[in-house]
Amino acid sequence: MVAIHPSRFDILRLLSTIPDPEIPVVSIEEMGMLRDVVIDDDRVEVIITPTYTGCPAMGLIEADILATLHKSGVKNASVRNVIEPAWTTDLMSDKAKAKLKEYGIAPPLHSSCNHEVFQHNEIECPRCNSKNTVMISRFGSTACKALYQCNDCKEPFDYFKCH
Amino acid sequence: MTQQEALYKFALRLGDNALIRSYRLSEWCSNAPILEEDLALTNFALDMIGRAQSLLGYAGEIEGKGRTADDLAYKRNEQLFVNVLMAELPNNDFAYTIARELFLSVYEYYYFTDLAKCDDPTLAAIATKTLKEVKYHMAHSTDWTLRLGDGTEESHARMQDAVNKLWSYAGEFFEADVVDVMLTNALNTPDTPRLLKNWEDHTAAVLKEATLRTPSVPFIQHGGRNGVHTEYMGHILSEMQFLSHAYPDASW
Repeated sequence: MVAIHPSRFDILRLLSTIPDPEIPVVSIEEMGMLRDVVIDDDRVEVIITPTYTGCPAMGLIEADILATLHKSGVKNASVRNVIEPAWTTDLMSDKAKAKLKEYGIAPPLHSSCNHEVFQHNEIECPRCNSKNTVMISRFGSTACKALYQCNDCKEPFDYFKCH
Repeated sequence: MTQQEALYKFALRLGDNALIRSYRLSEWCSNAPILEEDLALTNFALDMIGRAQSLLGYAGEIEGKGRTADDLAYKRNEQLFVNVLMAELPNNDFAYTIARELFLSVYEYYYFTDLAKCDDPTLAAIATKTLKEVKYHMAHSTDWTLRLGDGTEESHARMQDAVNKLWSYAGEFFEADVVDVMLTNALNTPDTPRLLKNWEDHTAAVLKEATLRTPSVPFIQHGGRNGVHTEYMGHILSEMQFLSHAYPDASW
């Protein structure tokens, strides 16, 4: 019976294993993109939120969610994409930030982004922890990242921008 | 005009601004002066596509005839597009694109700050999300304006030329017709004529720091918001809508 009628908690736990397609070391749950699950009789609706409005990974995430549910016997499922309240890097868990750093991406510096873009920030190199780094480009390989270089170990690295 | 009709046109104008500007920005893909700028400008374009999807999707919802964001993007003719003219102007050189992005992003910074406080929950949500991205666009185009304006003789001259040529198109941002006035009264959407001073002060300060002159030419170019476009618009659509015309309802 459990397999046929999983609880909201069961489904959230199941979906929390889905990796972010662009940064596979973190899950969509750790990124704060998995908002909620609503169960109405045998119908399951999963609510997700995009990091950036044009995030090209949303279609893939939706397909991953439906495939994961399908495999677990949940056939009647849909995904709803909401933008309110707007996603922020505040939603990223500390565990996710630690994983980003481990992966070579400097995690977002502040808990809130509002003024970051207007000021100079010291971003720590995820490899050697030096604060002697320089921004190469405000826009990196994906919308959510900027490109930095470490002046000490000389390695270039991505910085996950506050948002 | 009913409030529903006004809201449809309002969302359509904002959506078209984002869609057509996205098209222009995408043209820089593989053509930017350096790789980092290729990434930056295409990132701008991606933000605009996301914004266009939200706004055109909402416009279709308000209209209530079952049209999707894709229907509105690919199945309308030139006269039915209602973006501001500046969005459709050709990229020309890098300085020209930066000047356009500066003028538009400074405007949008004030515009979306106000729109985020309006009484339409969908528009307010889109504006809140968009504003986060606009701040990055504004910071980036400001940096480049300073660097090119206060750079070499050549970069200074090109940047000044771009500012001079684009200036007369900016007045259209601050026009308010029956659509805008109705929604400002009913839903507290931005009172655009009141944003002009913020925009002028902000832009003039950036230009001054960049050792550039603020033009004194009047704002004479307008019409896009009512479907009267420059000669460039038809060319954009003929390319952008080609696939949907050649292969109607094609999908991935």
